[in-house]
Order: sequence, then structure tokens, then C-alpha cells
Amino acid sequence: MQLLITELGHEVRNLGPCVPDEQMVRAAAGAPCDLIVMSTVNGHGLVDGERAVRRLRAEPALRDTPIVIGGKLGVAGTSRPEEVQSLLDAGFTAVFGDDEVDTALFGSYLDSVAARVSR
Amino acid sequence: MSAPAFGRYIADARAAGRLVVQPRMGFGSATRMRTGLAATKRASATTVGTITLDSYTRLGAHDAARRALTSGAELNGYPIVAHDAGTTEAMLAGIRDETFPVQVRHGSPTPELIFQRLCELGLTVSEGGPVSYCLPYSRVPLAESRRSWRRCCEILVNARGSGPEPHLETFGGCMLGQLCPPGLLVATSVLEGMFFRQNGLRSISLSYAQQISRAQDEEALRALRRLGARFLPGVDWHVVLYAYMGLYPRTRAGADALLAGAARLAVRAGADRLIVKTAAESARIPTIKENVTAIEHAAREAAGEREDPGQAADTGIHAEALAIVEAVLDLDDDIGGALEKAFRRGYLDIPYCLHPDNAGRATSYLDTDDRLRWRDTGRLPVPEPRRDTGRPLGAAELLECLGRVRRRFDHEPMEAPEARTRWEARR
Repeated sequence: MQLLITELGHEVRNLGPCVPDEQMVRAAAGAPCDLIVMSTVNGHGLVDGERAVRRLRAEPALRDTPIVIGGKLGVAGTSRPEEVQSLLDAGFTAVFGDDEVDTALFGSYLDSVAARVSR
Repeated sequence: MSAPAFGRYIADARAAGRLVVQPRMGFGSATRMRTGLAATKRASATTVGTITLDSYTRLGAHDAARRALTSGAELNGYPIVAHDAGTTEAMLAGIRDETFPVQVRHGSPTPELIFQRLCELGLTVSEGGPVSYCLPYSRVPLAESRRSWRRCCEILVNARGSGPEPHLETFGGCMLGQLCPPGLLVATSVLEGMFFRQNGLRSISLSYAQQISRAQDEEALRALRRLGARFLPGVDWHVVLYAYMGLYPRTRAGADALLAGAARLAVRAGADRLIVKTAAESARIPTIKENVTAIEHAAREAAGEREDPGQAADTGIHAEALAIVEAVLDLDDDIGGALEKAFRRGYLDIPYCLHPDNAGRATSYLDTDDRLRWRDTGRLPVPEPRRDTGRPLGAAELLECLGRVRRRFDHEPMEAPEARTRWEARR
């Protein structure tokens, strides 16, 4: 993910695996960033992502920052529309799955964020 | 030495010419966990039951696991600390016995609470390691994981007599699951096995994860067995193979063929136990039925294969692993200390591992002949060092390496055209 985003021309601060909420909030609110990306594969993304994004959105500095999540979000495979919706309702700007189509979609999304930021 | 129950079970199966087959299985609910274990026990195969713990428990977030149990949110494994001991005792009653050992799998770098609970329950067969459960999956410093795993060995050893002879399997042969050249996987597996032995364990298993080249895997498994015999004297030990851990085929036929390859590889190269993957692996956590299907498929394939005493071509995996093991052992009489120093100096350095205690100088690639090779050996004390003078591996090439098995077994075009062009351009 870091390699992909770097090659698309952006700088990445990689916080590593299993980031505790507090650390994520500190890192994101402490230094300006144009996009926050959460990648998850263990099937707890629906629960943990929702909690984490609420924490991030509670920070005034992060109210408008694009925050996205992608990967294997639940233990039962492809997420149901209502599960994706609950992540969006909790504060994510976009939600991606985990196959090649999602990687391509993520690439175009990244371009759109970059275009907006550089305007 | 008293007969170690888990080791005895494995040895008996080997004597009978049967590969022991084991699922990856863990559910939040005790009822479902019991059903899963019972189905594993009933499967037409020589099996070991698995209780895989959830990732809250792995991270020590037992309150989060309790909340999930209360709210009914689905967990990705069995929360053995959050469930009270009585619940787990009832879950296991009549299931685990002499004919059906149960191993607890977790993935925690600091598992003291887990091991305390396991020992209360007489569950003395587990796995992991101070390196292999720290570096790839956690943010815990290696020094802390090493201290914790030493205490965990103590907890297990003190529980001797409360259950089967305590057994630990090192996950060291599976570092990151993929793209780690076999010499380093074998060395890490042996070193963690030695760490367990030095800390009092008398029954140990050494792991290795199926990679992509059958010939390279056979050579690696034979090297692992040779080094096990040399460095683990006086203890009971065996080799366990993991079915491919990278991006799994999405088609049923592809997944079946890959698992069949793993089962046959295990038997040919003399591994005694196989951890399977299922046809559902590419998408989600498998169901009980999918697990049983995979277990029985692997057992049938294994039954059709014979151990091959023949010598696979020696491309230097044994020599590379031996050189790494010896150089690391020279760093400190205490193996935990030696492991820590080895990472600091880059004598152990796992490619693509982002943990702060990993030097990150060594890099690898998957060659066109499907063998994993070093691009740069960094400071690894290997007989044939390599320096990478080209540009770093790009995302497209990395994705090509990561996806090759899936594309091959699903009969998709082997390489994305873009990746191909860029790869060729570099060479």
C-alpha cells in the first residue's frame, strides 16, 4: 500500500500494523495530512474501523480530512451494503473491498483527492 | 523422558504412514467452537483440533473481546481469556482426549495471560515464538516479546503434569508468509525451536510455509529436518508444513490443486503435520464444513504419496540456513539475547517486514522459475552475499510476485502486461 501510494507521487507516513486509536489520533491530528488510509484484513474492520473513524472525526482538525478504509472488512467475505453504509455513516469518506477492481478504484480515488488538494 | 502426548500422537501417525492434518479454525461462540472441533475429530483423516484465538485476545484487548461477546459482534477467533474458564472446559468436555489433541493458535507477541489460561485448562499445546509472533504482526519491541515468551515457556513448563507434555510449535518458518527466501525461514524456525528448548520445552515442532517452487520447498524441508536433528538433541520434535499463506486462488479447482500440492509436498519431504487452507480462503474465514472438506481432501492426497528419500538438487539452502544459525548462536549463549542482537546487527533481517526492530536491508524477489531469491542479502551472514544495484522493486512487480500463485492456479493470464514490461525493463 505504501509502495503503491508512493509511486502515484505522494508522501506516506506508515503507522504500521495494529495501530491503537490514541496513536492514530495523535499522529493524524499532530501533523497535517491530505488523506488517511486504513487497511484491514482480519475481519474486525467493521467494528474497529467504525470506532476508529469516530475517534478521528471527533478531532476538529480532522473533521474534513478524507478518511478511507479497505480490505477484508468482516469475517463473512464481501460486505453487505448496509455494513458499508454504517461505515460511511460513522464518518468514512469511502469504503473499498480487497480485489483488483478495488485497487484500481482506490488509485482513481487517490488522483481525485490529489487534484482537489493541489487546486 | 516421559512420553510426550502430542509428540507421541504425531510419531504414531508417522509410523502408520499417515500425515496429521489440522485446520485453522476459531469462532467467537463456544457452541460453534465445540461443533467445529467435533467435526474436525470426526473427519476422515488423522487430525489435530485447532482453537484459533481472535485478534482482540491476541492484542490483549480482552475487554473489547468481552464487549463483542455481549453485543453479538462476530469475532475472528475464540476469545479464550474473555470466556470464563468454565465455559471453555464445558466446550472441550468429551472432545479432547488421547485420540484427539487440541492446539491453541493465537499470534500474540506478549501472551502471558493467554498461557496462564491455557494451563488452567490443561491446554498445553500451542505455538508462536518471540520473533515470529512479534515482527510481522505487532508493534511490540522485540526485547519485550522475548521477555514475555521466556515467561510463557516458564508458565508452560511449570504446568507439566496438568495436561499433555507441553508442546510449542515455532511459527518462524512462516515469516510474513511469503517472499522470504527459504534459507532464512529455515534458520528462523530452528533458532526459535532452540529458544524453546533452552527455556525448558521438551516437545517442539518446526514450521515451514509452502512457497511456490516445489523443488525449492522440498530442499528447504529436508534442510529443516537435518538442522532439527543437529540442533535439537534430546527433545521430541517434528516438522509441520503450512499450505500456501499468500493470496489464495479464488476458484475451487485452483484452491484444491494448491492444497493437494501442499499435502504431497509434506509427505514427499518427510513433514509429519500439515496446516490446511480452504477453498474459501481468498474471501473470508472458512466455515466448519469448508474446513472438513479441506482436511479430507488433503488427507486423501497425502495417502496417495510416498516419502521420497532421494536427494533434491542442493542449491545451498542448508548451507545458508546453517551459516545464519551458527552466526546468530555466536552472538550470545542465551538464545533470546542472540536473537535480539541478531536483528540489531541485521544477521536476521526479514524482507518487506516494516517492524522498527527489523533492519530492512535484505530484499528478495520471486524469480521467473518460481524460486525465491535474494536481491540483496544486506548484513545476513550468508555464504553467498548479494548486492542489489538496480532500482528498488516497484508496486507492480511486488503485486506480480504476490499474485502469481493465484493467477496460475486460477488459470488467469500469468502476468499483468504492465508488470511484465516493467520487470523486463529492469533486467
